[in-house]
Amino acid sequence: MPVAASAVYFLNLRGDVLINRLYRDDVGGNMVDAFRTHIMQTKELGTCPVRQIGGCSFFYMRISNVYIVIVVSSNANVACAFKFVVEAVALFKSYFGGAFDEDAIRNNFVLIYELLDEIMDFGYPQNLSPEILKLYITQEGVRSPFSSKPTDKPVPNATLQVTGAVGWRREGLVYKKNEVFLDIVESVNLLMSSKGSVLRCDVTGKILMKCFLSGMPDLKLGLNDKIGLEKESQLKSRPTKSGKTIELDDVTFHQCVNLTRFNSEKTVSFVPPDGEFELMKYRITEGVNLPFRVLPTIKELGRTRMEVNVKVKSVFGAKMFALGVVIKIPVPKQTAKTSFQVTSGRAKYNASIDCLVWKIRKFPGQTEPTLSAEVELISTIAEKKSWTRPPIQMEFQVPMFTASGLRVRFLKVWEKSGYNTVEWVRYITKAGSYEIRC
Amino acid sequence: MSGHDSKYFSTTKKGEIPELKDELNSQYKDKRKDAVKKVIAAMTVGKDVSSLFTDVVNCMQTENLELKKLVYLYLINYAKSQPDLAILAVNTFVKDSQDPNPLIRALAVRTMGCIRVDKITEYLCDPLQKCLKDDDPYVRKTASICVAKLYDINAELVEDRGFLDTLKDLISDNNPMVVANAVAALAEIQENSTRPIFEITSNTLAKLLTALNECTEWGQVFILDALSKYKAADAREAENIVERVTPRLQHANCAVVLSAVKMILLQMELITSTDVVRNLCKKMAPPLVTLLSAEPEIQYVALRNINLIVQRRPTILAHEIKVFFCKYNDPIYVKMEKLEIMIKLASDRNIDQVLLEFKEYATEVDVDFVRKAVRAIGRCAIKLERAAERCISVLLELIKIKVNYVVQEAIIVIKDIFRRYPNTYESIIATLCESLDTLDEPEAKASMIWIIGEYAERIDNADELLESFLESFPEEPASVQLQLLTATVKLFLKKPTEGPQQMIQVVLNNATVETDNPDLRDRAYIYWRLLSTDPEAAKDVVLAEKPVISDDSNQIDSTLLDELLANIATLSSVYHKPPEAFVSRVKTAIQRPDDEEYPDGSETGYSETSSHAAESSGPAPTSSGTSPYAPTKQPGQAAGVAAPAAQMPDLLGDLIGLDNSLVPVDQPATPTGPPLPVLLPASSGEGLQISAQLTRRDGQIFYSMLFENNTQMALDGFMIQFNKNTFGLAAAGPLQVPQIQPGTSARTLLPMVLSQNVSPGPPSSVLQVAVKNNQQRVWYFNDKVSLLALLSEDGRMERADFLEKWKSLPDSNEVTKDLPGVVVNSVEATLDRLAASNMFFIAKRRHANQEVLYLSAKTSWGIPLLIELTAIVGIPGIKCAIKIPNLELAPLFFEATEAVLKG
Repeated sequence: MPVAASAVYFLNLRGDVLINRLYRDDVGGNMVDAFRTHIMQTKELGTCPVRQIGGCSFFYMRISNVYIVIVVSSNANVACAFKFVVEAVALFKSYFGGAFDEDAIRNNFVLIYELLDEIMDFGYPQNLSPEILKLYITQEGVRSPFSSKPTDKPVPNATLQVTGAVGWRREGLVYKKNEVFLDIVESVNLLMSSKGSVLRCDVTGKILMKCFLSGMPDLKLGLNDKIGLEKESQLKSRPTKSGKTIELDDVTFHQCVNLTRFNSEKTVSFVPPDGEFELMKYRITEGVNLPFRVLPTIKELGRTRMEVNVKVKSVFGAKMFALGVVIKIPVPKQTAKTSFQVTSGRAKYNASIDCLVWKIRKFPGQTEPTLSAEVELISTIAEKKSWTRPPIQMEFQVPMFTASGLRVRFLKVWEKSGYNTVEWVRYITKAGSYEIRC
Repeated sequence: MSGHDSKYFSTTKKGEIPELKDELNSQYKDKRKDAVKKVIAAMTVGKDVSSLFTDVVNCMQTENLELKKLVYLYLINYAKSQPDLAILAVNTFVKDSQDPNPLIRALAVRTMGCIRVDKITEYLCDPLQKCLKDDDPYVRKTASICVAKLYDINAELVEDRGFLDTLKDLISDNNPMVVANAVAALAEIQENSTRPIFEITSNTLAKLLTALNECTEWGQVFILDALSKYKAADAREAENIVERVTPRLQHANCAVVLSAVKMILLQMELITSTDVVRNLCKKMAPPLVTLLSAEPEIQYVALRNINLIVQRRPTILAHEIKVFFCKYNDPIYVKMEKLEIMIKLASDRNIDQVLLEFKEYATEVDVDFVRKAVRAIGRCAIKLERAAERCISVLLELIKIKVNYVVQEAIIVIKDIFRRYPNTYESIIATLCESLDTLDEPEAKASMIWIIGEYAERIDNADELLESFLESFPEEPASVQLQLLTATVKLFLKKPTEGPQQMIQVVLNNATVETDNPDLRDRAYIYWRLLSTDPEAAKDVVLAEKPVISDDSNQIDSTLLDELLANIATLSSVYHKPPEAFVSRVKTAIQRPDDEEYPDGSETGYSETSSHAAESSGPAPTSSGTSPYAPTKQPGQAAGVAAPAAQMPDLLGDLIGLDNSLVPVDQPATPTGPPLPVLLPASSGEGLQISAQLTRRDGQIFYSMLFENNTQMALDGFMIQFNKNTFGLAAAGPLQVPQIQPGTSARTLLPMVLSQNVSPGPPSSVLQVAVKNNQQRVWYFNDKVSLLALLSEDGRMERADFLEKWKSLPDSNEVTKDLPGVVVNSVEATLDRLAASNMFFIAKRRHANQEVLYLSAKTSWGIPLLIELTAIVGIPGIKCAIKIPNLELAPLFFEATEAVLKG
C-alpha cells in the first residue's frame, strides 16, 4: 500500500507541536506524546529514523531546528514518506523564500495547513510542484493590501494543470528575452588511505537549470557521455568527432524528462518547468580527475608533542584556480599549543572541532603549498588509549572544472513560435566528502 | 515574503474562549478570519477549542477560500467530538460540492470524507457520485481518494451505492492523475477486503503501464505498487513488463526507483533466460547505488532493502562493495547497515580491502560501531575459509591495541572461529590469555572459559587459569557459571590429576548445593552422575566432536525473504518482518483493557529465524518481532504451564558446549494458583502489565508478582518500592526478576517483612507500590492489603483462653457485620477453608436451625482476633461478629473472611 502517512507533525527541538495534521483515523491524536517520551527524551534520538512504538511506526527527519514526524499504523511505503518530507520541505522553502525553521513555520502556519491539505490526501502524496501550486494557493503577503476583493478566483485552468500531463509547467508564459542557464555542479567524494591509495572515489553531479522561456518549449540536451554519443553516431551513421567521452554510472532525471525516450534513444528531451530546477543527477566512478592530492605526515613525538606536515598539490590546469580551500587536520583533544608555518594561506587551531584549520582563499593550479606545525599536548595520566585519528577533511570549489570531464555539447530549444534563445553554461566542482586518512 | 502568523499564538489571556467567541461573531470579515486563525493556532498547540464549534461553523459560508479552508480544518479535528453539531455543516458542504469553482467542489468532497460522523457520511454519497463523474479531472482525482475514505468508514455503503464500479471505470480515465489515484484507492480497498474487488488483468496492466509514462512521480509509485501484485503468465510477459518498467530506474524520486526495483525483482523470478537476468541485474545496480547519495534517512531505507536484495541476487552489487564503505560522518544507523552489507558482499576477491576497512572502523569512537566492526571480522573469517588466517591476524593486531571492549569483542569472535576451524589456530591462545584479567563482560568471559576448557590439554596452566575464575563462581552470571562448569569437567576429563579433581569437587558443590539456578543445578547433576558411573562415557559425551558452524547470522529464510521482497520500500522491508507482525487490524492505537480476554497463552508472534540472529543482530529498529496485539499470557492458567516448557533449554546441546549463548531464564519455582489481580494494566503501563497479590506460604509473607511484557523491547533492571503503610509492609530483599523479553512474562515471589515503614495516621488497607525498570519510567499502582496474608499460623487458642479473652475485652470492641452473599453449604468444608487461611476452629453451638461457630486467629504481629460466625446451612447470608483489641482491623477482617468463604 503506497500510503505514506497517517499523521504528520512538526515539532520544535523541545517537542512542542508546531503543526499537526491527521490524515487518517488509524492513529490516535496523542501519538506525538509517544514520540516525545520514547524517542525525543531518550538516547534513541538519532539512532534510527524508523521506529516502532506500540502499534504505530514513526519516521522522523530533522530539518534545521524542526523535527518532521510521520506516524503510520499500516505497512506504509517508507521511501515514499521520506521523499514526501524532502519534497514538502523544498516546497515550503520556495513559499517562504528560503528558510525553513521554527520561526518560519509559526509565521506561516495557515499557509502550511493549506498546503498540507493540498499535497497529501488520505496519506497519498499529490502534486508537490511549487510552480503549479503557486497558481492557486497564494500567500496573503503577495496580495496588495489595497485590493478590496481577495483574488479567490483561481487562475483559469489551474485544476487542469495540476492534473495535466505536463504537471510542472503552466501555459501562456511570455518572456521578452528567452534565456537558459545551465549549471553543472559536481561534488567529488574521496576516501584515501594514509598511504595515498584511493579507497573510494566518485563524483556526484547535478545539472541545475534556470529557464526563462516563453510558451511550451521542447528542449534537448547533449552531453559528451559515451552511450549517448554512440547511439547518436549509430542513428546518424557517421563517426563521432574525436574528443574525450565519459561513462556515466547512473543518471536520474527530473520528472519532466521523458524516460522512455531516454531509454530507447539515449537523448535527454523535456519540457522544462519555469524558473529554477534540478534537471538531472549523475554519478561517475571511473576516470575521475581528482583536483587535489594531500600528502600528510603526522608524527607523535613522545606523549606531549606532535609534528604535522601536510602538502597539498593542485593537479588541475595552471590557468585555473580553486576558491575557498579549507583543510581541516584533526589533532588530539588535549592539544595545548600549536605553532605553524605555511607557504600559502593562513592556519589556526580551532579547539571546538579539535582541528588545525588551514584556509587558502585562492589556490592556483599546479602548485603545492605546505603546512608544517608543531603541536604540544597536555600530558594526561589517564590517557592510555591511543588517539584515534579522524581523517583530514577538505573543502574547495574549482570553477570551470569538472572532475568527471563532463561537457555540455548542445542544448536545443524548439518552440512553435520559433524564437531565439541564449544559453549560458557554467561548470563548478566542489568537495563532497573529501577525506584523507592519516 | 513570509507571513506573520505567529501573532495568533500569542493570546493566552484569561477568558480567551469568550473573547474568541465574540470575535468569531464579529460583523467584520477580517476580524472573523483572524479569530478563526487564532482558533486553529490554539488547536495546534493542543488547547481544547471544541466549545467554539457552532461559532466556527457559522463562518463556513464565506466567499473567502482561505477562511473556508481553515473552517474545514477545524471541522476535521472536532466533528467527531460534536457529531450532533457537525450536521450544521452539511448544507454548506452539499452546496459547495456544486460550486462552479472546481477547487471548491473538490475541497468539499475531500473534507467531507475526512469527517467520520455517520450522519455526514449519509449526505456524502450524492455529492460523491456526482464528483466521480465531474468534468474536471481535479475533482475526479479527489473523489477517487474519497471512495477509499468512505470505504474505511462504511464499506457496505460503498458497495451498495456502486462506487466501486465507478472507481474501476476511472482506471480508463484520460487523465493520468485520476488513474493513479483510482488505482491507489482500489488497491487499498482490496487490501482491506477479503472479496476480490480489484484484480489486475492483462488489460488493466497494459492501460496502467501506459499511464505510467504520463503521471506524476507519486502516481507512478501508486501504479507500480499496485502492479507488483500482478502475476505474469509466462516468461515472455514478464520480460515485456520489465522492459516497460526499467526506464523508471532513472527517476529522481527514490520511491519510484524502489518500487520499480520491486516490480523487476518479482518478474525476474519468472524469467528463464540467463542473459536477460544478467542484463537486468546490471541495470539495477547503478540506481541502487545512487540511492546512497540521498538524505541519510532515505539511505537507511535503501540499505535495509539492499540487504534483502543481495540475499536473493548477490550478483547485483558484487562489484560495488566500495560504495558501502562508511564515511566518517555517516550517521550511526547508516554505518551499521553498511557494515552488514559489507559482510554479505565480502568475498575472496575483495577481503583484503574489506579487512582494512574493518580495522579502520575498529579504532573509531562509537563503541557499538567498533564492536560490530570487530564482529564483522569474525563473521568474514567464518564465511571465507581462505581468508580466515588474515582475519585472525587483524583480530590479533586489534587485541594488541588493548582497548578493553575491542579485546572482549575479539575474544568472542575468536571462540566462533575456533568452532568453525577446530585445531587450526590454537597457537594464538597464549596471546588471548594475556588479556584474561581485563575481561569483565559475561559473554567475553564465557567465551574465554570455553576456549580454555576446549583446549585444556594444550594450555599448560589451564588449571590455574580456570581456578582464577572459580574464586568468584557464586557471583558470576549464569552464562559464565554454566561455561565454568563445563570447562572444568572438560579439564578434568583431559587431565585427571589432583588439581582438577579438587576443582571439580568445588565446582560441582557450588553448582548443586549453593545455587538456585535449576539449569546450572541440573547440568551439574548430569555431569556428576556421568562422572561417577562411567568416566569413559562422560568423555564420549562431553568431549564429543562438535558439528561445524557456519555464518548464517542475519540470513533470512527463503519464504520470508520472498515476502519481504514483495514489500520492498515499505515498512516491512525496513523491519525485515512480514507486515502482519506489526500491523494490526485494530483501528485504534490504544490498548484496550479487555486484552485479558484473549483465550490462551500461546505465542503467535513472529520471532527471528535463527538463534544466532539474536546473538549478533544489527540495530533492528525494534528488537522484537511480536505483534503488540499478540495474545498475552494469561496469568495463572497459562503462564504457569506454558512458560517452563517454552524455556526448556537444549540441555544436550548445552552439555557439549554447543550453545553458550542461550541462557535460560531463571525461573524460580513457579507458583500456581488463582490468577493474580491485574494492578497495572498494560494500557497504563505502556505495554508492561503487572499483576500482584500478597500471599502467605510456610509462615512467610510474599508478594506474588507477575510481569507481562507487551512492549516491543526487553525489560530489565526491575526494582520495587513500597510506600509507608499501615502494616509497615516492605520488601525483605531486592526484587529478582530476570530480563523479560517482549511478549513473555516472568513470575516472582518477593519476600516481605512487616513493621518496617509504618505510616502514621488512620489505618488503611491501601498499599502503594512503585516499580521501575531500566527501560521505562517509574510505575505507581495501588494494591489492597488482604488480611489473609497477615494471619499467622500460630493463631489457634485453647477454649479456656478464648473464653477469657472474650470476656476481658469490652463489648465496645465487638463489631458485627452481615455478609449476605455468602452461603455455608457444609460446616466442615467451611471450617477447612478457614483453617487453611489460619482461622482456627474453637467451638460450635446450635441455636435453633442456626450454626454458631467460634474461631480464633492472630495477626503476624500478635493481635488476637476472636470470631463468631452465625449461619444457616444452605441459606445465603451469614452474620459475622468479631472481638478485637483495635477496631481498625475489623473492616479488613470482614473483607478477608468474605473472600475466603466465597472461595
